[in-house]
Amino acid sequence: MTKPLLSVRDLVVEFPTRRGTLRALDGVSFDIAPGEVLGMVGESGAGKSITGAAIIGLIEPPGRIASGEVWLGDTRIDQLSPEAMRRVRGRRIGMVFQDPLTSLNPLYTIARQLTETIRTHMDASEGEARARAIALLDRVGIPAAARRIDDYPHHFSGGMRQRVVIALALAAEPELVIADEPTTALDVSVQAQIIDVLKEICAERGASVMLITHDMGVIAETADRVAVLYAGRMAEIGPVRDVILQPRHPYTAGLMGSIPTLEHAADRLVQIPGAMPRLDAIPAGCAFNPRCTQVMDRCLRDRPALRPVAPHHASACWLVDDKGAHHG
Amino acid sequence: MADPFLTVTHLTRRFDVSKPWLNRVLEREERQFLTATADVSFAINKGETFALVGESGSGKSTIAKMIVGLLAPTEGQIAIDGQKLDPKDPVSMRALRRRMQMIFQDPFASLNPRWRVGDIIAEPIHTLGLMPRAEITVEVARLLDLVGLSKADAGKFPHEFSGGQRQRIAIARALASRPDFIVCDEPTSALDVSVQAQILNLMRDLQDEFKLTYLLISHDLSVVRHMSNRIGVLYLGRLVEVADAKRLFHEPQHPYTRMLLDSVPDLALSGRRRKPVSGEIPNPISPPAGCAFHPRCPVAQDQCQIAVPALRPTPTGEAACLLAGVAPPTDA
Repeated sequence: MTKPLLSVRDLVVEFPTRRGTLRALDGVSFDIAPGEVLGMVGESGAGKSITGAAIIGLIEPPGRIASGEVWLGDTRIDQLSPEAMRRVRGRRIGMVFQDPLTSLNPLYTIARQLTETIRTHMDASEGEARARAIALLDRVGIPAAARRIDDYPHHFSGGMRQRVVIALALAAEPELVIADEPTTALDVSVQAQIIDVLKEICAERGASVMLITHDMGVIAETADRVAVLYAGRMAEIGPVRDVILQPRHPYTAGLMGSIPTLEHAADRLVQIPGAMPRLDAIPAGCAFNPRCTQVMDRCLRDRPALRPVAPHHASACWLVDDKGAHHG
Repeated sequence: MADPFLTVTHLTRRFDVSKPWLNRVLEREERQFLTATADVSFAINKGETFALVGESGSGKSTIAKMIVGLLAPTEGQIAIDGQKLDPKDPVSMRALRRRMQMIFQDPFASLNPRWRVGDIIAEPIHTLGLMPRAEITVEVARLLDLVGLSKADAGKFPHEFSGGQRQRIAIARALASRPDFIVCDEPTSALDVSVQAQILNLMRDLQDEFKLTYLLISHDLSVVRHMSNRIGVLYLGRLVEVADAKRLFHEPQHPYTRMLLDSVPDLALSGRRRKPVSGEIPNPISPPAGCAFHPRCPVAQDQCQIAVPALRPTPTGEAACLLAGVAPPTDA
């Protein structure tokens, strides 16, 4: 594998509270190669968004990165000063959030927001920045971009706003785009358009993408690899095809079985009993053990590490033995 | 076919979205109306699950609210078991209310945070005077058990439960009046998929046990496919297609249905590429003339801009398209 663009090592994020410290992220490690799309899935509270926020240094205090490292190319970015981090954000890492209205300032025109971003990070005159902004809007599929650039965010529909946000994220030609639930607030027919735009434009510019979503369908058609998070830990990571068709962690298997599909109608959905533990009540050993149908004594005592099960495919489960052989 | 359980005929609801009187006078503007539901007719048979799907703004929830009597229709009629629903007649409404209940999308907003779970579930029994006070505790325990919670949960408050458990409480409350018809408005869209599967399985089990009839409102086509017998597809307040659930997914008759199916992500990795569609839903205050879908339709003709097409029979049900039942589905 080539040298990764982003490398996250044993990341631990903690939130101190009156009743003790909560671990929202507990020893998460992964790499993203240049030009790769990594999907990050999990249920609410699994730590998907916290991972994204930790990488870009936007964890809300009192939360903090307790240990671990984040490397972007040859730069270690988890210990940068707020000033230096601000330069990394936008310039080297672009961001797309779920609700386009939170990323756009309602009081400024689209033109002002885009040219400001471009001029902050790149050497460009006002005119050049504007021309570049129009070209970007055109590229993300805004009709009549030259005219609409002087509109305010509220003049655009939800889907169009999300296109503007993508343009904004890519304005300074970042190496990595972190997209946190970019299509969750949109209707399904618009969702397909947005995913296509994001995928195409990142491929065109060679930007890597970290796509955070709870929607396995979106991952299936967009990502190269997928990481499955559970209770702040990584349960499984591997190529999308392998993880979806041959999941090696009981949680992933349950998750896949519980999704109703259009392709084949099942009479009953597979159900995982119970719900994900709260952060203050994560059981000892494997965090999934109370819900697992194949739980063993060992799972109650020792926490399984992420171990390879196939090339580029790893699972954190005791059912996978040291040779990578698999349970049924 | 047996007599339908619920019939909806020519149901229309308009909302007045005009500016205040003074602004209208000063700015010389007309009154503005938003037609959330336009001329919708369908029937639901006893014991079946009928689903309404559509994107936001298609009028799904407005229809649900009119059926349970939370909103009065502007025009049209709703009849349950042959009995006309009349919001102005409180006596008959009360009798009908016992027979139909509703489950809402957000289990955080639909349960009173200051009430204990036992009281929330007992409320419909009290209000409708269904049983003597002494028996209610036993009944609440039975309902909790039915939805997979324990008797002891009756003494807790809603905040002590997760989203999935709260939705179970909402279902127990809906079952308390022993209804035969439940309107489920996006019952699982606020839940994670593993919890969604639990709730959908529970809804099915309860349907089998109590011979319930469901009206399921959802934007999620895979949930709808999993749960329903027949499906109605809405676009901008109008019903564009009604079809048998199994066949709708293989033989969509209306171009909008086809577009909707094509835009669902493919989880089975069958290599099916989703076709992105052009355009977005138009503004419902001034919908396009004729068929509301014509600006986005790949097979639109001149006639489509003139008259709203009526529902006409197709091999799988009904569709409101001039081309339905005429041209074979084109693969453009």
